[in-house]
Amino acid sequence: MDGMITLDETDRRIIRETQAGLPLVPRPYHAVAEKLGLSADEVMARIEDLLDYGVIRRIGAVPNHYRLGYTANGMTVWDVPDEQVDALGELIGALDYVSHCYHRPRHLPDWPYNLFAMVHGRSRDEVESKAETIAGLLGEHNRAHAILYSIRILKKTGLRIGD
Amino acid sequence: MQEQTIQQRLLNDFQRDFPLMPRPYAEIAGRLGVTEDEVLIALRELTEDQTISRIGAIIPPNTAGASLLAALAVPPAQLGEIAEWVSSLPEVNHNYEREHRFNLWFVVNASHAEHLDDVLRHIEHRAGLPVLRLPLLEEFHIDLGFPLEFSGFS
Repeated sequence: MDGMITLDETDRRIIRETQAGLPLVPRPYHAVAEKLGLSADEVMARIEDLLDYGVIRRIGAVPNHYRLGYTANGMTVWDVPDEQVDALGELIGALDYVSHCYHRPRHLPDWPYNLFAMVHGRSRDEVESKAETIAGLLGEHNRAHAILYSIRILKKTGLRIGD
Repeated sequence: MQEQTIQQRLLNDFQRDFPLMPRPYAEIAGRLGVTEDEVLIALRELTEDQTISRIGAIIPPNTAGASLLAALAVPPAQLGEIAEWVSSLPEVNHNYEREHRFNLWFVVNASHAEHLDDVLRHIEHRAGLPVLRLPLLEEFHIDLGFPLEFSGFS
């Protein structure tokens, strides 16, 4: 369910606490509740609402892709016709090796690309072969593309909320 | 294909739908046919060696406040200096160097659109370079986790 929800300060504190990581103790929601001065029932009920409204997308293990050998991170960018971008984005976003797929505005003449697909692989060869597959799926709609590899991660932190 | 270890199953099967109940690790243990302690120990090991960064909530983009993907085409001689102060801004939560003329890519988050615009203008003024502004118009892939292949993973 996507809809409107007004977050109060308690919601924001719960989000901050659960986003940073649930404690590895038998009753993690109780531990969060105690830290925030709330009851565990209230914490779990509010998390359920936040999940229902899509404020929290999911709760789960967040793997470190680099540590698991996925060291090649290629942001593939594509110039496709605007009237086709929704259909093509759905197609590319459904590929299991695409972790993020977005329509963003182009800025001519410097930046002609309007479709972004993040591709992870264990090597640049693997990313390139996946990009070839994407190019094949886009066919004649692919007017230009590029792969921007990350060289250095300079900063990566969770989204800060409510500050 | 080899049977997956507890750690591999914890990595792949619990990227979403982490149980929302008083004893979630006991629930996971039941599904994996192991004890709650074994689950907790395996997760501590995965966290300590940084195979997982955390078990936590994932917040989709553009939910809370205003955010934007931005890029700068920085002359190589200035890249180190500019990258460092861009990273130091509290509104910047991701910053990557990428191989392209646009070589610095970062995500700016702010509580509201006016603040976001102020931060971008500040960056432009201080860097002396235009910021490429690439707001999210549509998200096609709902990020529900990432399937991992374990060949070669020990």
